[in-house]
Amino acid sequence: MAKTVLMQGNEAAVEGALAAGMRFFAGYPITPSTEIAEACALRLPQEGGKFIQMEDELASIAAVLGASAAGMKAMTATSGPGFSLMQENIGYGAMAEIPCVIIDVQRAGPSTGLPTSPSQGDYMQAKWGTHGDHPVIALSPATVLECYTLIVRAFNLAEKYRTPVIFLMDEIVGHMREGIELPDPNRLIINHRKMSFHDGANKQCYYVPEGKYVPAMKPFGQGERYNITGLAHDESGFPVNSSEIAGKLITRLLDKVEKNVDDITRVEEYAMDDAETAVVCFGGTTRAVMDAVLAARADGKKVGMFRPITVWPFPEKQLLARLPQLKRILMVEHNHGQMLLEVQRTVGGTLPVDFLGRVDGTVISPSDILAKLNETEGQSHAE
Amino acid sequence: MPSDLVHLYMRIDHLPQIWCPGCGNGVIMHDVAVAIDELIHDEENSINREDIVIVSGIGCSSRAAGYLDFNSIHTTHGRAIAFASGIKMANPKLHVIVLTGDGDCSAIGGNHLIHAARRNLGLTVICFNNDIYGMTGGQYSPTTPNGDRATTAPYGNVDRPFDIANLATGAGASFSARGDVYHARETIDIIKQAIRHKGFSLVDVYSICPTYYGRKNKKGDAVEMLNWQKENLIPTARYYSMSEEDRVGKKIIGILSFNDYPEYTEEYAKIIASCRKARKK
Repeated sequence: MAKTVLMQGNEAAVEGALAAGMRFFAGYPITPSTEIAEACALRLPQEGGKFIQMEDELASIAAVLGASAAGMKAMTATSGPGFSLMQENIGYGAMAEIPCVIIDVQRAGPSTGLPTSPSQGDYMQAKWGTHGDHPVIALSPATVLECYTLIVRAFNLAEKYRTPVIFLMDEIVGHMREGIELPDPNRLIINHRKMSFHDGANKQCYYVPEGKYVPAMKPFGQGERYNITGLAHDESGFPVNSSEIAGKLITRLLDKVEKNVDDITRVEEYAMDDAETAVVCFGGTTRAVMDAVLAARADGKKVGMFRPITVWPFPEKQLLARLPQLKRILMVEHNHGQMLLEVQRTVGGTLPVDFLGRVDGTVISPSDILAKLNETEGQSHAE
Repeated sequence: MPSDLVHLYMRIDHLPQIWCPGCGNGVIMHDVAVAIDELIHDEENSINREDIVIVSGIGCSSRAAGYLDFNSIHTTHGRAIAFASGIKMANPKLHVIVLTGDGDCSAIGGNHLIHAARRNLGLTVICFNNDIYGMTGGQYSPTTPNGDRATTAPYGNVDRPFDIANLATGAGASFSARGDVYHARETIDIIKQAIRHKGFSLVDVYSICPTYYGRKNKKGDAVEMLNWQKENLIPTARYYSMSEEDRVGKKIIGILSFNDYPEYTEEYAKIIASCRKARKK
């Protein structure tokens, strides 16, 4: 039997990232993510990897992209204010197709907000934070163990699709400590970017064969000379002013996610088989929701939990599959109603969607959720 | 007919370059290519072409990365040095050369410049310093002299300018130098020494922008601007042989500071080695 270790979510994310092959971290201290930088500073050199504390978050994400272009699996970690600063280069990573993982341990905002208090207020920012239409993959862990296992998946998706992946944690999960059994690192599935340009005759660095979406990526310094740019570019990697080529490029970037949505999206369903009410939640609110579902079930109510693990793209297909059995949805999240908009869009007015949120930096308790479940539909809508 | 140098080190398909007639940037790009060529062909201690990575930010200067036929990455405005830091950390054997401008490296990217200098991370930063934001049409930059005109300083620039080479020295750069467009041979030699230097190196190369800075400030055409450089920018040896009186209004071209501080990636490699040794015990 594996050894049980007491670990914090932030620490588990670092151990999972190391198991996934992360060997470069650049970051800047910010509550409540700082333990990630501290653990990376301690652990990376032990694994032959490298840590650097940069002068700000703008530099951190840039260094991460640079290290990835030079062939390393790289990540950074931050919280709301730093996540805001990183947005421009997250778009660069999407445009230039440089894989990396960005951890955002969300705290209560806006602005400096409540630095040590829980929030899930960056959900929409994870999708829309950087300018322009761009692909986004964001995963959100709910437990300490999942901080480990899911960040492995974050790196795998980043490498497979050559795109930045947002690992959307929150203060609750980041600072939660629990005893976990770490998986055997040798049994994990680990993806690496495809590194050879020699796919048949076309050796252009952004060449994508027909029917495929992701070009190969060879690190700098290994004998291929090529150009990377954030400008709209053709298959050779050089800027173009052609609307046709630019349109084709952006469509392919978006298609990487949209055409592979089944591969990317994952949900957890709990007590959903006969559920008539689904409580939708993600990340740090999950434990309270599970508690409330158990209590409601004990009271004879047919309530289940639907939890997107992939929060971007929103797993609409999985939610749509549950709609025929449902009479009501309750969205529970630590914000003013962000994933709520995605749920409403998916449901399209066919069901009542109620909402329970908080923006005061305190946690949502199981009793809050139970009380909301016990309200009649009409009441909660009139709110 | 393009010269052998152009055939060897430029991406011919992407020429001609976009710079205006009379711009100094082409000369600086030439100086960088010659410096690299001479290092590649240095019989005693040659460098490998595949180990060179050119990193640029945004602005007129930064287009040079796309014209030079090496590994190249054209990044976001101000962040070239930060991208370069990640590249160098990931693979310290690479010669990472940042081509940047006065706005890119000392305004929006100023924080990265001073901190890379302080860490002594082994990058070479070549600043194409033309005292103006050219790409956006002539706004004042951190090196525009006080009182000079720009589209955003129609009544004269109120700001006081940075001296980028001295800024780097002050931030702890182990190699800081100044070059210019007129003194091409001297500048090539400085760039070669900067690339050879193990720690952080900066070369602030004075460019000329007749189109925006020159025209706004009645500095004449490119030839007149080059003549100004010839008269007022003085290579080191000659500068020190001049009297105090003659030095007034002149600036020195050459290496301004030099130290053999420990290089960052080498120091970090020692930490990795000691961690691994401790683990084996």
